[in-house]
Amino acid sequence: MLTIKNLYVSVDGQEILKGINLEVKPGEVHAIMGPNGSGKSTLANVLVGKEEYEVTEGEITYMGEDLLEKSPEDRAKEGIFLSFQYPVEIPGVPMVNFLKTAVNEHRKHRGEKELNAGEFLKLMREKMDLVDMHPTLANRSVNEGFSGGEKKKNEIFQMALLEPKLAVLDETDSGLDIDALKTVAHGVNALKTKDNATIVVTHYQRLLEYIVPDFVHVLYDGRIVKSAGKELAFELEEKGYDWIKKEN
Amino acid sequence: MTDQDKILSDVTQSEYKYGFVTDIETDIIDRGLNEDVVRTIWEKKNEPAFMLEFRLDAFRKWQKMKMPEWAYLKIPPIDYQSISYYAAPVQKAKYTNLDEVDPELIDTFNKLGIPLEEQKLLAGVAVDVVMDSVSVKTTFKETLAEQGIIFCSISDALQEHPDLVRKYIGQSVPVADNYFAALNSAVFSDGSFCYIPKGVRCPMELSTYFRINAANTGQFERTLIIADDDSYVSYLEGCTAPMRDENQLHAAVVEIIALDRAEVKYSTVQNWYPGDKNGKGGIYNFVTKRGICRGVSSKISWTQVETGSAITWKYPSCVLIGNNSVGEFNSVAVTNNHQQADTGSKMIHIGKNTKSTIISKGISAGKSDNSYRGLVKIMPGATNSRNFSQCDSLLLNDTCGAHTFPYIEVGNKSSKVEHEATTSKIGEDQIFYCNQRGIDTEKAIGMIVNGYVKEVLNKLPMEFAVEAQKLLQISLEGSVG
Repeated sequence: MLTIKNLYVSVDGQEILKGINLEVKPGEVHAIMGPNGSGKSTLANVLVGKEEYEVTEGEITYMGEDLLEKSPEDRAKEGIFLSFQYPVEIPGVPMVNFLKTAVNEHRKHRGEKELNAGEFLKLMREKMDLVDMHPTLANRSVNEGFSGGEKKKNEIFQMALLEPKLAVLDETDSGLDIDALKTVAHGVNALKTKDNATIVVTHYQRLLEYIVPDFVHVLYDGRIVKSAGKELAFELEEKGYDWIKKEN
Repeated sequence: MTDQDKILSDVTQSEYKYGFVTDIETDIIDRGLNEDVVRTIWEKKNEPAFMLEFRLDAFRKWQKMKMPEWAYLKIPPIDYQSISYYAAPVQKAKYTNLDEVDPELIDTFNKLGIPLEEQKLLAGVAVDVVMDSVSVKTTFKETLAEQGIIFCSISDALQEHPDLVRKYIGQSVPVADNYFAALNSAVFSDGSFCYIPKGVRCPMELSTYFRINAANTGQFERTLIIADDDSYVSYLEGCTAPMRDENQLHAAVVEIIALDRAEVKYSTVQNWYPGDKNGKGGIYNFVTKRGICRGVSSKISWTQVETGSAITWKYPSCVLIGNNSVGEFNSVAVTNNHQQADTGSKMIHIGKNTKSTIISKGISAGKSDNSYRGLVKIMPGATNSRNFSQCDSLLLNDTCGAHTFPYIEVGNKSSKVEHEATTSKIGEDQIFYCNQRGIDTEKAIGMIVNGYVKEVLNKLPMEFAVEAQKLLQISLEGSVG
């Protein structure tokens, strides 16, 4: 589904990723772990085409096509979803309008009929239950005045509506209390199928107790320095990142 | 240039869609302005004697006045002698039905999306169409007349109800109020007149479409609305103008008088030709709009969506004389390319327990400058009065400007004035967030801008709000449907 080969990425002329290789297949959950500043968020952002992240070398293939050629909105419509670390507020734009537009843009892209207001509301109510979102949130402006936990739940709620093929969760656990963490993880797990894949970017092992990865990769100084099964996350938790730093 | 900037500049540089000229026989008097011209206008319009005095008084005062220079505007010199002050479509007789109206005129309305027939049938709106100064067709006049409502051109009002006009004209906006109001008072050619009798709620929204048509014709509209005790009216003014290379001067005056417990809602959508991408051409719009809440518990609200004109100089105001009277100003002003707008409101509190609200939303794009200028003045006798003002500016790029000039004078201790102001740039993060959900940049900007102005659009009558939303899209987003 996703193949990253020898990827080098710079931000403002500073090299952040220095030769990343990664292969993600349908049905897999990959965890990207690493200390602060190792390039985890850069990797997440470059996948969704954020402008200031400049690819200087290497390639990314997604569903057999060159991903780097595509605009951010096309990547989204072709099934790549980012759960933002810091979801932005858009005052004056009601959630329900925003989401209906997003869902219908996806449907148009797939050649499906757009949903009318009634159909969309029905779909929305269904998906809200999944992450235990309070229905009144849909009437508020996008993320405006949402608590940290509500914002993160809202990301997963949007993921449920858009049903991505590849979901990238960027530090989705940061700022969540244990109950919210469980709810969010429950949502992510419920959306998992054999056809979609998830990349979980996280600093802590905590989230991986609830979203169990098939592979764990440790990112350090712009390179993947270790890859293994889920046991690597526990090892990291025990030994700390200093262990990785010493080895490199 | 980043992709986002490129899309922004593409979508904000769409050409004006209403640029066309209707070829209709027009009766134009020679260019230039002097007392003889003022007399000629008065004669051509066959007005009562008092109007000659009114006009000459205004003209003489105007001659001694200077163009105001305090606005944050760069106004090229205007040669008032190179303008023709009267142009009327040649009319053979009054029309009794639409078939008799010049087909080209009907065609113009169709291009503007306001077919008269449909307007009449579907919207139930009485339309007093002003095209180059003389009223061509008035509809629904009879229905309104049954309730005693007078809705006609001000020329007709001067013929048929001279005493009413004489009693109220120049009350809200005195002839020498300001340079442009004085010019208007001297040479105005036509406009609308509306009188709502005591206790009558006007059953439909009254609407006037203005168009500037003949080349080089300054247009000086005069509107007078009187709401008698316990009456209510909602009045709509919508404007488009054909594309022109030469600048055209427009100096309108709108006067509103609300008596005891009367309410007047005045809504404007203004979309005159703003000039091309390089700032060539476009309408100069110098408007004086003022309402007087003369009666107790009366209310006047101004709602405007301003997307057009090269230069806008406009401050719809309320003078709250009656105790417990209420004034409102809700505005969206969009400037793009080289447009300049200096607009806002004045709320003058004279009566006790008077209340006013100002909501102003400025949106700047291109290389434009958009200023809010407002005055809230609470007189010593206006005890227990309230004002709330909110002035927000949204910038779409780094080359445009937003400015706020609020003036507040409070003359007593029991009154309360609040002023809130924000300036924000449309966030790249907000746009990217939308992109990541599959929404392209053009749609994202449309959504964010509409969200930003929603509070004001909600104040417009339904069908007007739809039109206003379309206009915003045309002004900012090119082809987005």
